[in-house]
Amino acid sequence: MRKVSAEEITKTVRALCISAACDLEPDVVSAVKSAAVKEESPLGKEVLEQIINNFEIAGREHLPMCQDTGIAVFFIEVGRGVQLEFSLEDAVNEGVRQGYRDGYLRKSVCHPLKRTNTGDNTPAIIHTTLVEGDKIKIKIAPKGAGSENMSRLKMLKPAEGVEGIKSFVIETVSVGGGNPCPPIVVGVGVGGSFDKSALLAKKSLLRPVGTPNPDNDLDALEKELLASINALGIGPMGFGGTTTALAVHIETYPCHIASLPVAVNIQCHADRHKEAVI
Amino acid sequence: MSEPIKIAAPLTEDVIEKLRAGDKVLITGVIYTARDAAHKRLIALLDEGKALPFDIKGQFIYYVGPTPAKPGAIIGSAGPTTSGRMDAYTPRLIELGLKGMIGKGQRSKEVLDAIKNHKAVYMAAVGGAAALIARSIKKAEIIAYEDLGPEAIRRLEVRDFPAIVANDAFGGDLFEEGVRKYRKVG
Repeated sequence: MRKVSAEEITKTVRALCISAACDLEPDVVSAVKSAAVKEESPLGKEVLEQIINNFEIAGREHLPMCQDTGIAVFFIEVGRGVQLEFSLEDAVNEGVRQGYRDGYLRKSVCHPLKRTNTGDNTPAIIHTTLVEGDKIKIKIAPKGAGSENMSRLKMLKPAEGVEGIKSFVIETVSVGGGNPCPPIVVGVGVGGSFDKSALLAKKSLLRPVGTPNPDNDLDALEKELLASINALGIGPMGFGGTTTALAVHIETYPCHIASLPVAVNIQCHADRHKEAVI
Repeated sequence: MSEPIKIAAPLTEDVIEKLRAGDKVLITGVIYTARDAAHKRLIALLDEGKALPFDIKGQFIYYVGPTPAKPGAIIGSAGPTTSGRMDAYTPRLIELGLKGMIGKGQRSKEVLDAIKNHKAVYMAAVGGAAALIARSIKKAEIIAYEDLGPEAIRRLEVRDFPAIVANDAFGGDLFEEGVRKYRKVG
């Protein structure tokens, strides 16, 4: 068994929180750049250029690209050969506490009813899975509320099938309009259960933008949905244009014979995600 | 694209009358910040018949909750938040003389009616462009509700703050007009 210390986890999480807020991954930057070239609306083009300019300032000056530095969402894969003699959750939350404090990030987490701020952006949302090997892979995807609030879930009837899925996804993007800061990435979770579909949708957002779905049928469906979404005309920031989404990502899982859950998780153009391996 | 129009804050009626949905503007002057929690408190004050912490006549409210300022910086990153969450509170503030709002995303019918009836203007800034927008903020001072942290009300002095007129005082609506222009489905 390989021992990993709580301090290592905390230190890694702290650094991930700060870099995720300030330095965007190249997949998103290049997707926005190619959208700026193709956008037909002059105002839409200017908005995309402003977004790219902002990414550059944030990276160069080490500032958060968006003031909504999000609620910290983690996907952690723990190798079966790793020995953890402490609470993984506590070590991650300590990393969030330090990262949000030392990185001058906004603390945006509060009690759901009393609305009192926890003051340190904890607790984080942590999804942990056990995998083979003796490493720990930590992925962070800090999520802002502007786009998260435009996400929806519906339990479709199996008879509604693929057509039902398509119209629910398109309707969700339509209802969101300019609110989620388009151009967006649309994460779709199909199948599983009520809870599983939402998790699939969230997880699908971690796939690098611009990479094809390994499943041919899903890849075709993603491309069809992307074209339909961009035909809506919502455009950058909802001002009208041909770029409403940069990508559609779909993940599926077997479900009950009587149900067809569909979750749509909307991600703004600041599609922040980082990972580290310990 | 046309050049941006330079305007002063607070707003005057003759400036509002010149603005049309789709115009790009650069704002220079004083604006106030407030978002969900601050709006709730402002409305509670009005319900109790008390005065607001600042004179709202002619003013802009910018819907923003900035990140903490780094040592030596004026403010942290400061892009717009979703305006729709303030819709429930906004018509009452417009009736009291609020003239400008800056945020992102569409407003409710009630807000659009108030904008038209009271000659106000709603502007959108580019959501997520928070590091860029922060550069136009030259001074920031908390004037109320410090306990709300990022949601405190701040008085900002801005120079060439970039925004786009989304809803003008004559019913013009950039969201509706822009989307109609590029919509390719029925």
